[in-house]
Amino acid sequence: MKALANDPLDIVITGVGGQGNVLASQVLGRALLQAGYTVTVGETYGLSQRGGAVMSQVRVTAGAALGPLIPENRATAIVSLEPLEALRVLGQYGHPGVVVLTNDRPLMPLNVLTGQDKYPAPGELKAALEGLCAKLYWLPATEAAFALGAPILANVIMLGALLGSGLVPLGPEELEAELGGLFPEKKMAANRQALARGMELAAQCLGTQ
Amino acid sequence: MADLTKLKAGELALLQGNEAIARGALEAGLSLAAAYPGNPSSEILESLADSAASAGIYVEWSANEKVALESAAAASFTGLRAMASMKQNGVNVAQDFICNLTISGTQGGIVLITADDPSGISSTNEEDARFIARLADLPLLEPSTPAECLAMVKFAFDLSEAIGNLVVLRSLSRLSHTRAGVVPGPLPTGRPQPFWDPKQIWNTVPVVPRHQAMKDKLAKAGQIMAQSGFNAYSGPESPDLLVIASGSSALYAAEAAGLLGVDRRVGLLKLGCTWPLDQALLRKHLADSERVLFAEEVDPFIETEVKALYAQQAAELGIKQFFGKASGHLPQIGELTPGRLAGAMAAILGLTWQPAEPQYLQAARETISRLVPFREFGFCPGCPHRASYWAIKQALSLDGRQGVVSGDIGCYTLGVHSTGFRRVNSVHCMGSGLGISSGLGKLKSLGFQQPVVGVVGDSTFFHAALPGLVNARWNQADYLLIVLDNSATAMTGFQPHPGTGQTASGQPGTAVDVEQVCRALGIDCQVVDPYDLAAAQQAVYQAVQGEPGLKVLIFRRLCALVQGRQGGHPYRMRVDQSLCRGDECGCHRFCSRAFRCPGLNFDQAAGRAVIDEVVCVGCGVCAQICPAGAIRAEAKEAAA
Repeated sequence: MKALANDPLDIVITGVGGQGNVLASQVLGRALLQAGYTVTVGETYGLSQRGGAVMSQVRVTAGAALGPLIPENRATAIVSLEPLEALRVLGQYGHPGVVVLTNDRPLMPLNVLTGQDKYPAPGELKAALEGLCAKLYWLPATEAAFALGAPILANVIMLGALLGSGLVPLGPEELEAELGGLFPEKKMAANRQALARGMELAAQCLGTQ
Repeated sequence: MADLTKLKAGELALLQGNEAIARGALEAGLSLAAAYPGNPSSEILESLADSAASAGIYVEWSANEKVALESAAAASFTGLRAMASMKQNGVNVAQDFICNLTISGTQGGIVLITADDPSGISSTNEEDARFIARLADLPLLEPSTPAECLAMVKFAFDLSEAIGNLVVLRSLSRLSHTRAGVVPGPLPTGRPQPFWDPKQIWNTVPVVPRHQAMKDKLAKAGQIMAQSGFNAYSGPESPDLLVIASGSSALYAAEAAGLLGVDRRVGLLKLGCTWPLDQALLRKHLADSERVLFAEEVDPFIETEVKALYAQQAAELGIKQFFGKASGHLPQIGELTPGRLAGAMAAILGLTWQPAEPQYLQAARETISRLVPFREFGFCPGCPHRASYWAIKQALSLDGRQGVVSGDIGCYTLGVHSTGFRRVNSVHCMGSGLGISSGLGKLKSLGFQQPVVGVVGDSTFFHAALPGLVNARWNQADYLLIVLDNSATAMTGFQPHPGTGQTASGQPGTAVDVEQVCRALGIDCQVVDPYDLAAAQQAVYQAVQGEPGLKVLIFRRLCALVQGRQGGHPYRMRVDQSLCRGDECGCHRFCSRAFRCPGLNFDQAAGRAVIDEVVCVGCGVCAQICPAGAIRAEAKEAAA
C-alpha cells in the first residue's frame, strides 16, 4: 500500500440534503479503496432530503480500519457543496491547517427565506472561511454546473476540485471509473466534463495565490 | 441498493454496514427476510429485496415490525433460516411477540436486527434497544465494523440453531450507514425443504419449566459466544486504565488513546458478545486493572452489568474505580465521539485534551455564532404536506375554536416545526396519533370543547393506526382524521406499503385501499387533492363545523420526490415583477414569510419576490396564495 502524505487523510463532505453529497463520498471512497487504501465512509442522513445539513466523512489510511467519525477538529480537508455549511462544520472539524474547498452558491435556509435569520454577505462569509483555514478554494461550482447543463453536477465538479487540490492520491480516470459504475454511459460525458471543470477551477484558484 | 449475490467471494468491496448484514444473512443461507422500513435499518431489507430473485429467497416489507418478526418465526418453525430487521422503535412494536417467542423457542436459525439511533439522527427517540436481550434472555451481538456485521450475522444464525432461540444483533446509525472494506464469503447452494411436523407445538406453556429452559438456552449461548473470538483484548497486561467498549465506541476508544499518546497505558477490551457477558473474561481483566472506563451507546448497559458482576466478587478483586456514564465522565445522552472518549481518558489519567488550539476554537465559535444561522428542516419543494397543513391551519383558524391536531410518524411529523406552521400539537410513536385523537374525541362529555383533528400518513395508517381508528368508530369518538396519502413511505426512502400494491421486490401485490377500509368501517370518507388549497381548506372546515362524529378526509397527492422521478411537476414558476409590489404590497412578503417553501425567495436588492430556479420543482401551489396574483404557473412546455 502506498503511504499517504497525511495519514489518516480525513475528508468531510458537507452540504444540504439533495445536493448529492452521499454519492460524492461513495465515489471517492470506492476509488480510494480500489487504489489500495483502507477506507471508511461515514454517512449522516435520515432527514437528508428534508432541507437540513448533511455530512459524510471519508477516512483514508494505509493502516488499520478507522471508526466512522473523524475526531473533533482533526479533518484534513472540508469539501462543501454550500458555503454556509463549510463554515458551520469548521467549529467541529476545523483547525489552523485545514484546507476548505467550497461551492460559492448559497442555498438559503428556510428560516432565512422567511426573514427570521440573516445569511451572511458573500464577502463576509468568504473572509470568515479564510480566517479559519490554511487554504480556501472558493469555487463557482453551481455556475459551472449550469454551464454544463445541470446544477446537480456541482457535486462532481467539487470532486474534480478536490483532485485538482492534490490532496487525494487519485487521478480523474480513477473517479471516472467509479462514476461509470453508478451512471449510464449517456450521463458519463457530462460527469467527465464536470470532473475536468472542477480540476480547472481548483488550478485557477491555486494560480491566483 | 444492488443485488448482493453479484459480489465475488474473496474480493474486497466497499459495503455499508446494512449491506454487510444482508450479505452475511445470504451467506448463512437465509430463506426469508421481513422488515418494516425505519432508518437506520432500511437498507438491510432493500438490498435483500434486490437480491431476492438471484438468491431464490422470499423478502417482504411487512405491515409492521411485529408482523415481520412473526413471519420470520413462521419460517424458523419450518426449519428455514429467517431474519427480521428494524429500528429501535420497531423492537417495541415487536416486543410482545419477542417475550413469548423466547419461551416457545425456535428451530431454523432466526436473527433479529435492531439498528439503534444514538442522538436520534433520524428518530423520535434514542432508545437503547439492547435491553430487549436482557428482558427476554436472548443472546446479543454488537459488531463494530461492516466486516464484523457480516461475520457476526453468520455466527448469529448458527448460534440460534444451536440453542433453539432468537438471537439479537444490534447495529447503530454510525455502523449501518458506514461503508468500509468487506471481503464476502461464498454463498450456499441448496436449502432445506420447509416442513412443520404436525406433532410439534410451538407455545409457551407450562410457563415455569419453559422459563427454565429459556434460561438454560442463554447459558449455553454464553458458552458458545465465549469461544467466538468476538471479544478481544489489546493492550498491556496490567493497564493503567482498562476500557470496556462495544460497537462504534470501541473504535473511538482506540483512536482516542492514540490521539492522547497513551496507547501503551490503556487496555481495550472490545466486547462483541454483550449478553450474556463472559464472566470469566471480565473477572480476569478486572483483576488486572484498577481503573475501568466503559464506552458504549446509549445507556450504561454493559457498565451496570459489569458493576453488578464485580459486586459479587469484590472481596477477591479488591477496590476498583469505575468511570463512564454513572461517574459523569461520559454523557448519559447522545452519541459518543473520539473526542468525548479522549476527554474522558485524559480526565482519568490526569492529562489535558484539546481538540485544537484554544484561540482557534474560540475564533471559530465566535465567527459561527455571529454568522451561521440554524438550517431548519422543512418539507421539500412541492411537498403535498405543506399544502395540507396550510389548509388545516386556515380551516382551524376560520373555525376559531382553537382546534388541536394530533400527529404521527413520517415526514409529516415535521408539522410540529414551522414548515408545517407548527400546526401539529402532539407526536409520539407509530399510530399513537389516532389513539390520542380517539381519546380527545370522547372528552366532550367532560367539557372539552376544541375541535380535534388527527393526521396520519398512508404507510403509518396500515402499520399501527387501524386499532385506534376501530376504537374511535366503536366508541363513537368525535374527530376528523386526515390521511396524508402521498403513496410512499417517503421518510425512509420510498418503500412500498400495503396501499401502493407493490411488494418489496417490485412485484405486483394487492393494493389495500385506505378509502375502502374506512368505508367498510362505516366511516364517512372523502378524497381531496391538497394541491387545491381552497378545496382542501373547505373540506376541513366543513368537517369540523359539521355534525359530530368520526370523519375521514384523504388528502391524496404523490410525494414530490417520487413525482420528480416520474417525470416531474408540470409548471415553470415565475414571479411577475410588474405585479409583485414587494414591501409596498402590505402582505409583508406573505409568500416567502408565511408559506415557507424553499423555492420562494425575496430579492432584497430588487425588493420583489423571486423563485429560486435551482430549488423550485414547479408544483404550482404557491400561485394560489399571492394576494396580488404575481406568482405565475406556466406549463413547462410553453415556457421552454
